Amino acid sequence: MAGVQVTRADQREDFRRLVRAELPRLYAIARSLVGADAEDAVQDCMVKAFERLDQVRDPAAGAAWLRSILVNCCRDRGRARSRQPVPVDWGEAEDFSLYRKIAYEDPFPYSDSLHLDFLQGFGREDVHAVLLRLPEIYRVPLVLVYMHGFLTKETAAILQVPLGTVLARLHRGRKLFEKQMWDYAEENGLLKEDVR
Amino acid sequence: MITCSEAVRRLWEYLDAMVDEADREAVEEHLSLCRRCCGELEFAVELRRLLLGSGRGDIPTDVLRRLNQTLEELG
Repeated sequence: MAGVQVTRADQREDFRRLVRAELPRLYAIARSLVGADAEDAVQDCMVKAFERLDQVRDPAAGAAWLRSILVNCCRDRGRARSRQPVPVDWGEAEDFSLYRKIAYEDPFPYSDSLHLDFLQGFGREDVHAVLLRLPEIYRVPLVLVYMHGFLTKETAAILQVPLGTVLARLHRGRKLFEKQMWDYAEENGLLKEDVR
Repeated sequence: MITCSEAVRRLWEYLDAMVDEADREAVEEHLSLCRRCCGELEFAVELRRLLLGSGRGDIPTDVLRRLNQTLEELG
């Protein structure tokens, strides 16, 4: 991992150093992708990465390599859990604008910053709960790009799909996310002015 | 000029600087004349901020301890 001449012990120590430095970020990504299974997903990632240690040719790319393994461990866990995302009505989602919905429904009539008030009702756990409602193919690119700052081309490489596919999934994912935010807010009492 | 629907459809790509020159100009021309779509743009910025902020967070101490333990036990 750290060059041609390194010993196996050096390689393992470099690996441990890399993982230690990356653990907070790996856990944060896993938390966004698989919720309560995050710790298990990071454990899976560490074991798989350790088994593939010899694959790393460029030490500088170690962090990206770890994240790529983590995302795939999260996808495996998601599939194993067979989460059932909410049914998708594309016709409705495609034309949905959360901005317009909030303005039309006017859930906080005494507010002079209606849209910001709506967003402020969402804590971190609420955002994660909304994301977990989305089908995995939309949730993963949305989380990687907009929550964790991955580049779209990096996301395409991790998911092994063309860039155009990632862009299309991001577009649909955003629409679904907005729609699910509204539904979640309705279902969880976030639209009641008196509970704020 | 593009319609509101066409402008809104391109807003996130516009914020990501993922639109081509012609689309960028079309969105900016629309935004210069449409107050509602400026509201959509500001809301999109705030929504992106919410997503980015929600991705951060500390790793719980007990989780970190267990993960570090696994790491030490590997190999």
